[in-house]
Amino acid sequence: MTVTTTTREAAARPAAPPAARHRGDRAVATVSHTVLAVWTVLIIVPLLWTLLSSFKTTSEIFASPFSLPKKWSFDNYVSAWTTAGIGRYFFNTVVVVGCALVIVMILGAMCAYVLARFTFFGNRFIYYMMIAGLTFPIFLAIVPLFFVMRNIGLLNTLPGLIVVYVAFALPFTVFFLYPFFRALPGEVSEAAEIDGASEWRKFFQVMLPMARPGMAAVAIFNFLGLWNQFLLPIALNTKKNNYVLSQGMAEFASQAGYNVNFGRLFAAVVIMILPVAIVYILFQRQLQGSVSHGTVQ
Amino acid sequence: MTGLATDVASAPPRKRGRRRVTFDKASLMLVFLGLPLTLFFGLVVWPIVQAFWYSLTDWSGFSADMNFVGLRNYRTLVGDDVFMKAVRNNILLAVVVPFVTIVLAFALATMVTIGGSSRGAVRGLRYSSFYRVISFFPHVIPAIIIGLLWAQMFDPSSGLLNGVLTKLGFSGFESYPWLGDKRTAMPVSIFVIIWGFVGFYMVLFIAAIKGIPAELYDAARIDGAGRLRMAFAVTIPMVRDTVQTAYIYIGIFALDAFVYMTALNPGGGPENSTLTMSQDLFKTAFEKGQFGLASAMGVVMALATLLFAAIVFTVNRVTGGGRRAQG
Repeated sequence: MTVTTTTREAAARPAAPPAARHRGDRAVATVSHTVLAVWTVLIIVPLLWTLLSSFKTTSEIFASPFSLPKKWSFDNYVSAWTTAGIGRYFFNTVVVVGCALVIVMILGAMCAYVLARFTFFGNRFIYYMMIAGLTFPIFLAIVPLFFVMRNIGLLNTLPGLIVVYVAFALPFTVFFLYPFFRALPGEVSEAAEIDGASEWRKFFQVMLPMARPGMAAVAIFNFLGLWNQFLLPIALNTKKNNYVLSQGMAEFASQAGYNVNFGRLFAAVVIMILPVAIVYILFQRQLQGSVSHGTVQ
Repeated sequence: MTGLATDVASAPPRKRGRRRVTFDKASLMLVFLGLPLTLFFGLVVWPIVQAFWYSLTDWSGFSADMNFVGLRNYRTLVGDDVFMKAVRNNILLAVVVPFVTIVLAFALATMVTIGGSSRGAVRGLRYSSFYRVISFFPHVIPAIIIGLLWAQMFDPSSGLLNGVLTKLGFSGFESYPWLGDKRTAMPVSIFVIIWGFVGFYMVLFIAAIKGIPAELYDAARIDGAGRLRMAFAVTIPMVRDTVQTAYIYIGIFALDAFVYMTALNPGGGPENSTLTMSQDLFKTAFEKGQFGLASAMGVVMALATLLFAAIVFTVNRVTGGGRRAQG
């Protein structure tokens, strides 16, 4: 973008009068930067405002939306974490999402591997069922699912929530891992066979490690999806001790309307954004990379 | 050495391996398919199948009796003003949300990718990765949190929006209830959903636009096309299939919209102005215990989703898309 390169390229391309082009460029760049900056501000401001408000007392919040907190203390955080039960919900969420994530990645990889690399009767049928499972709204299943869970005695339990999370994350996982296993070179698989590896060893020691990039991308998306899950817990997990964060937050907010501790509410919101923000900052490249991957294939 | 061995021995054993089912292979397939499919069929497929059956009964859930009532539940729904209001709200969402999200995401993506200097190779705007990283962030925030956060922003007395408007001299907004007035509740909710969505699709479009061969832009430029012309004549035709996929995804979401709407207005908003089918379903099932009727609502939602996807496919086909896919 230096001056020298610009002039050189302008000379090489005499398509339009250089001066006019230059002014047009600047106008377009200015407009683009303005629009993008407005959009960026629209995203950052509410987040910063939430962060700011989370340090204020409720009366300060009501006094003025702009004022800075008189003293910067973590009282709201402590109170949200302990008295409002956010700590307990956080723990539940970590257990449920952690277990469900590990299980769905293993089961999803196994299922995608068999579908991608073995020919057998019913292969296509299973694959299309998975795609159908991806498109049908969860709402269609939620009522009967409630009774299925009740009949097998897993309603309102954390293990119950884990298996449901696994079942509903499975179609997505299989669908996106399928191309990765499909694309693995056949020679490696054959070499493993010749070396006398059993099918089991071949999967765990050869094929699964090779699909690692795909596994990582899908795992990130699954983590976000499960961490944010809302409908399944509020329908199937209504015992207060077993609440996960998202439903705890919703209830907390609806209570806050009455016994008004807004500072605490803002602190709880920040507590919930923090983990995903960390995941986002760490995996920002992979996340955006896997979005791109989806279009290029 | 391994390479040589592979070359010599590869063909025959593979054929044999495929024909003969060894214990090794059979046990692997049994476990690898059995475990995931048990969960999938038991907890996803089976409930979906049951839902169609329940929708034809008057089941109240906890009692044993369940009578087959044919299509009565569906007739009830058609005559139910609240549900029909929810259907209209969902149609509004399915029309507005995907369109605005995609137009906005596309405009922002275009600015980022081809907003740079018009000399030399087509290039992006400076600092574009900064915009991209910030814009994508809302995608990772839990939807319930986005809803709660904006509900606070729109709060009549302590919200930032009314604070800013009052500071700017609009005295009428001192305690204007954005989410509590039926004229603004829906537009405001739509805004919040779009806020949460645009970043993801912006990144998606940036990727799609970067996948377009640069020669196409160079050729267009030599022919004297400006940026606007390039966006319409080069970019849009080339990213058509991405747009179609995005449209369907956002549409499916807009027909649900449960989390956002529940966070912003748990009860469906003033005069049900933001009530969605999903909220009505949840209430009918888990508060009123009318499981047959709720299942019928679920079927209506599923049909609406399929219908929406079919419309998007058809429109794309009729307007000339999809042909490229075969080429």
